[in-house]
Amino acid sequence: MTDEIDAAGALEASGLGMKYRRGWALRDVACHLPAGRICALVGPNGSGKSTLLSLAAGLLTPTTGTLRVFGRPPAAPAARERVAFVAQDKPLYPRFSVADTLRLGRELNPRWDQKAAERVVEEAEVPLSARVGSLSGGQRTCVALALALGKRADLLLLDEPMSDQDPLRRHRMMGVLMAEAAERGTGVVISTHVLAELDGVCDHLLLMGGGRIRLAGGTDEIQAAHRVITGPSATGGGTPAALARHTVVETRTTGRQLTALIRPEGTPAGDGWIVTEPSLEEVLLGYLRAPDAPPLLADDPRTADTEVGA
Amino acid sequence: MVEYRIDRRSGIATYLQIVQQTKQALRLGLLQPGDRLPTAREVVAATAINPNTVLKAYRELEREGLVEPRPGLGTFVRRSLARPGAAADSPLRAELADWTDRARAAGLDREDVTALVASVLEERFGETATLSESGHEEDGENR
Repeated sequence: MTDEIDAAGALEASGLGMKYRRGWALRDVACHLPAGRICALVGPNGSGKSTLLSLAAGLLTPTTGTLRVFGRPPAAPAARERVAFVAQDKPLYPRFSVADTLRLGRELNPRWDQKAAERVVEEAEVPLSARVGSLSGGQRTCVALALALGKRADLLLLDEPMSDQDPLRRHRMMGVLMAEAAERGTGVVISTHVLAELDGVCDHLLLMGGGRIRLAGGTDEIQAAHRVITGPSATGGGTPAALARHTVVETRTTGRQLTALIRPEGTPAGDGWIVTEPSLEEVLLGYLRAPDAPPLLADDPRTADTEVGA
Repeated sequence: MVEYRIDRRSGIATYLQIVQQTKQALRLGLLQPGDRLPTAREVVAATAINPNTVLKAYRELEREGLVEPRPGLGTFVRRSLARPGAAADSPLRAELADWTDRARAAGLDREDVTALVASVLEERFGETATLSESGHEEDGENR
């Protein structure tokens, strides 16, 4: 029934902009997230991650451009029932017990799955009788995740859900999320600062900076589009001429050694170069250190195999 | 049933770790024809990795003819990699265990033994024993 709509992708934005009183938080964002992807939303503070998530959840109205969730405007009821949003501040009623909170979810959501919600709470070892206000930050996050999973949404928008979790609970919550994705093909967008957390979890990446998208696409494609080159630096410093034909994201020089993160045009070769494929974390760190590097948008279905803006 | 251990810092692609550990279990006879592999859901719930990674590993094992998916039931082992001489209770293994004890008694540590074994393997089999694979074999036996 929903296959046709899902072809439109879980999330599709073009020319998307959001202006607050203090200025633009998002500018000219275009992205395409296929259904069922596990997407990492990464970027420094104030880069627009939370704004993008709030827009996708239908809590904000864009100033410019359009955003579609499963082919519909995010505020449309048909889109809303397919999306669950866990905001960064995890708004819950502090005087409710955990059980009451789940009951609230049950009464408000037609597709509610009580078992799924209870599983999350159990896995997190949060007692059902406890008052939400008495829980630790990490436990409260788990209750918010339980509400989101109980909703049986097709797209989970999670704003830094793991930031206040201890390592064990973080692992368990990630396991719960991945199991949900395995079982129901649920898509997840998860914003985070912890780059190492993403490895092996995410198959899609959105890197934001200054309200724009700097990297977008499948993690495999993004990784494959980059190379790390180590070799001798040019005499007298500076960038060796052989690098010039590639798109250079970042170069660093230590003594006589040059390290460069590039998007190669053809096969990179130079005197004494060692060329390796970077880890996803290396790519991300490179872009975070070089805010002016040209963006790589590999998620547009029409231009998926060409580089845009390079 | 096998349980996969994912090491995110090993530098080995996650799906390959699953492939290697499955083959290791097949070699040691821990997995036998007809056994069911854990479902993607079971694997990701325990390891918190992307479900597609598990499916990619299972496709690779299927491509090599080691497992087969049965729709609605799961993924099952088709073929074993165990050789009679390599089973957990084989005389060859017992001899190797004896030899290892003697090496240890002679004062060799783990790295000395590994280096010695690697050099003999290279001499007798001609090809370089791949380090990543032998590393996993060690881990497998320790479990």
